[in-house]
Amino acid sequence: MIIYGVAFLALCTLAGLFIGELLGKWMGIPANVGGVGIAMLLLIGLGSYLGKRGLFTGKSEQGVSFWAAVYIPIVVAMAAQQNVYGAISGGPMAILAGTCAVVVAFALVPVLVRIGNREPDAVVTTKSAG
Amino acid sequence: MYESLMKVITGYGLISGFAVIGLTMWVSYWISDTFTKGRLHGSAIAILLGLVLSYVGGAFTGGSKGVVDIPLLSGIGLLGGAMLRDFAIVATAFGVSVDELKRAGYVGVLALFVGVGSSFIAGVGVAMAFGYTDAVSLTTIGAGAVTYIVGPVTGAAIGASSEVMALSIAAGLIKAILVMVMTPFVAPLIGLNSPRSAVIFGGLMGTSSGVAGGLAATDPKLVPYGCLTAAFYTALGCLLGPSLLFLMMRGLVG
Repeated sequence: MIIYGVAFLALCTLAGLFIGELLGKWMGIPANVGGVGIAMLLLIGLGSYLGKRGLFTGKSEQGVSFWAAVYIPIVVAMAAQQNVYGAISGGPMAILAGTCAVVVAFALVPVLVRIGNREPDAVVTTKSAG
Repeated sequence: MYESLMKVITGYGLISGFAVIGLTMWVSYWISDTFTKGRLHGSAIAILLGLVLSYVGGAFTGGSKGVVDIPLLSGIGLLGGAMLRDFAIVATAFGVSVDELKRAGYVGVLALFVGVGSSFIAGVGVAMAFGYTDAVSLTTIGAGAVTYIVGPVTGAAIGASSEVMALSIAAGLIKAILVMVMTPFVAPLIGLNSPRSAVIFGGLMGTSSGVAGGLAATDPKLVPYGCLTAAFYTALGCLLGPSLLFLMMRGLVG
């Protein structure tokens, strides 16, 4: 049933965010530590485990894939409620600081991609089983 | 008649949100096909349109939530709010390849630290150029360039003035908006085309809304890889900002 997929997605999201909250409290920082990322890992891990046992297929999958499919419209709705006006009226310093941060980060992407490519050659994949 | 229409539209906010955003998507894909022959993704145009509308909304109402401050469009706030956004981001992980993630794991963590560090330095550099000299203001503005959450969290922890905190939030917002807008154009130049590069991109940029929007407009297949690392970025920034980065700045400028 489709609701099984939606409920499974909901449980993974809540569990991930809960772990993220606990990690934040434990580390003493006022932020959710990777909650969404942990939820994604839970979904990947539990999803493939249940899938292999034939407990998560067909109709149930549709409950997850619907939400993945409406992701872009949701992001558009998110864009429409950013404080663009406030950001731009923050003045030249704020604009320049944000711009520099983005330009530097863009420039670093190919640098790190190259490091990433060399890395597996050196270590090979001896540890992937552990 | 007008009153009844308003009652339905505002009372059924989320539903109105679906309708308005669906229409926006349709217009955007039409613009993409007719004027750019599909070269510029429909989703990129839609996000751009959303940002422009939110500017108009902000200028019009003086509020801080873009289009959502217009009562007729308040349902968009539900649709694009943190709850459904996170729910949908988690759902995108369903098609993720575990092998690709494993291959990128180590560089992803490295990217997070490099990303927080480089954004912070960029922000501090600009603040210095604009004449700030005290460690508290420099750290807060630098943290704002990390994300618009890290800025005020750091500023509050080290006692920055509210004016500096507002600047740091603005810097972070500019970053998020630029990442959304620029990513589809810059992607071919920086080799952002594989799951691994998306993991690195997410770690370097970090702003969840920026990464979510930027990757959606570039290639939806890359979204989960980037969002996965970006999910840890703000927390890392909040952890390092008031501690290590502040102590470093205090050591540097006294």
